[in-house]
Amino acid sequence: MSESRDVHINIPVLTRVEGEGALELDVVNGEIERLNLRIFEPPRLFEKFIEGYECNQVIDMVARICGICPVAYQMSAVQAFERLFGFEEPDWLRAMRRAMYCGEWLQSHALHIHLLAAPDFLGFDSAIAMARDYPDAVKRGLNLQTLGNDLIALFGGRSVHPVGVRVGGFYRAPREEEVAPILQRLRDALPATEALVAWTAGLDFPDDEQAFISVALSHPKEYAVGRGNLISGQGLETDISFYESFFHEHQMPYSTALHATLDGRPYLTGPLARINLNFHQLPKPVRDVMETCGIHFPSHNMFHSIVARAIELHFAVFEAVALLERYQVPQSSYIEVPPQEGNAFGCTEAPRGFLWHRYDVDQQGIIRFARIVPPTSQNQGRIEEDVRHSLEKLGLNASDEAIRLRAEQVIRNYDPCISCATHFLKLDINRR
Amino acid sequence: MNGQKPKLAVHKFSSCDGCQLALLNLGETLLQLPELVEIVHFAEAGPNAPDATVDIALVEGSISTPEDVHRIRMVREKSRVLVTIGACATAGGLQALANFADRDAWMSAIYPNPELIDTLRTSSAISGHVRVDCELHGCPVSSRQVVSALRELLNGVMPREETQPVCVECKRRGVICTLVSKGEPCMGPVTLSGCGALCPAAGRGCYGCYGPAERVNDPSLSNRFVDLGLDRQASARRFHFIANQAPAFKAAGSRLKDESHE
Repeated sequence: MSESRDVHINIPVLTRVEGEGALELDVVNGEIERLNLRIFEPPRLFEKFIEGYECNQVIDMVARICGICPVAYQMSAVQAFERLFGFEEPDWLRAMRRAMYCGEWLQSHALHIHLLAAPDFLGFDSAIAMARDYPDAVKRGLNLQTLGNDLIALFGGRSVHPVGVRVGGFYRAPREEEVAPILQRLRDALPATEALVAWTAGLDFPDDEQAFISVALSHPKEYAVGRGNLISGQGLETDISFYESFFHEHQMPYSTALHATLDGRPYLTGPLARINLNFHQLPKPVRDVMETCGIHFPSHNMFHSIVARAIELHFAVFEAVALLERYQVPQSSYIEVPPQEGNAFGCTEAPRGFLWHRYDVDQQGIIRFARIVPPTSQNQGRIEEDVRHSLEKLGLNASDEAIRLRAEQVIRNYDPCISCATHFLKLDINRR
Repeated sequence: MNGQKPKLAVHKFSSCDGCQLALLNLGETLLQLPELVEIVHFAEAGPNAPDATVDIALVEGSISTPEDVHRIRMVREKSRVLVTIGACATAGGLQALANFADRDAWMSAIYPNPELIDTLRTSSAISGHVRVDCELHGCPVSSRQVVSALRELLNGVMPREETQPVCVECKRRGVICTLVSKGEPCMGPVTLSGCGALCPAAGRGCYGCYGPAERVNDPSLSNRFVDLGLDRQASARRFHFIANQAPAFKAAGSRLKDESHE
């Protein structure tokens, strides 16, 4: 084989990612000349058409940005409105929203680990093909995914675009006899989730240490899911309302998703970033599972994302058990909260990274302006940087097929959710 | 279909991916699906052969780019039965709200260089572009809807389409009427059933995510909304929502908007 060669690889449709994306790569004289992760999800203009709608309608609308993480969209939106309106969640409500969010982490992480990522590590095209050789692992994943969906539906009626969340609470509180069977199933699932951590930690990982910046929410009282300040591994700590002062979005000519940067550099958001920054806040038993799994955290090997995701899946079940064990039917499932005029900011940790919302609301509670920054656009710059690094490490003399497989696997480490490609960049816009 | 298993494709256009989850969320049942059909194209799950000839194509998402128009024609040619799933595919989706606005102005408000992105001026239903054999409504469609439609098609019959409103499901489930007893605006009287009265059972009014029922008496319902304290604009927002391009909802919302300007 010659020392250097020209490689032109075009992966027209990335499979096993949510939404649609493609990768274009040109290697000339042994060096990467061009590397574009092209997201071609057509722009849906969410931020514009929610203008003129009511807060509670917007909670139902933004869910439609992503069928895989609708709870995250609803929770970031409701947090924004409630912060603006001066409403503080009572303990019951905070606990039950966190339990519902655990359901989304559980279903999304189980889906990603088993149906989307694991086939890469074990050499299959799909989980259905993988099920023939690994039936128990695939079934475990599908059952955990179902349990997560059922936990969401406990509070939201259904798992995709649930209908339970509103400003001031939930439309309805579940009855104790609805909670009890889910709680039992969650308890029963704990050993399987522990086994899952060990199973992912036993996969074969490329040696791939990289320097990158992790960014996540952090809260003094808990492993952050639905509230907190934004922190980075480099010492940033800020209230979420100052997000726009630190982070910037750019349009790339080849993609409909905007790229975000912190101090001009790409950064990582998602399970590995959260574990790296907040692992000390995992409950002791979950931390023990993490510390004995054989992979050391914090980690700067992006392939360890699947282990981080499994640890968070285990955490989600552990946490949901703890929260639901204290379940009591409240006197009222919500409190009427009158709207106030102003700028509303919300930020929560979606399964694949933090999800930041801003809404400008008028006195009647009607949205006049919106900006939504989903995790996939934040990770896009980091993904390109990582693919470049990983392919150079793999060696650009590898076969086209090996390069293609490695690039796909690297991209899937980020669990990109490309449906979210709908963004706002310019703030000086015409307002209707 | 003797001998060989029927072939299934799942295609995605502009959407949130939520309707494909009707299959991916099946749990262990998902593993039985290959016993019934050969899944030849389902990019989110792995199999990727968009050009393959199939017996049944499930289509998610709306048409919003020039490339989509070509692709859906190709899908039609290659598919014996084409089933659209969800509000995007059957009615253009929530994102079709942009059809009511100046799309170019919106694009340039969001993207610094909108000319780099090639889109149509509208987001529209699949049936506006090619012949559709069967439509499954909902935002999202449920696993039950998709699996029963597949079962029926595999048995050689066309799935029976829903026609009744959500009210019928409330009565069947014994859910107390949200509109009459609780006095909350509810789209149930004009919305297609199929969800099992999800929202009224969850303590809130239906917001119409399954689209219009066979008969829609929108003047009567919007008068009732006015009695309950909604102005014409607020009523219009309830029709111009998830299924805003479904003809009955589109007309009702536009009429209310016109009236509010009078």
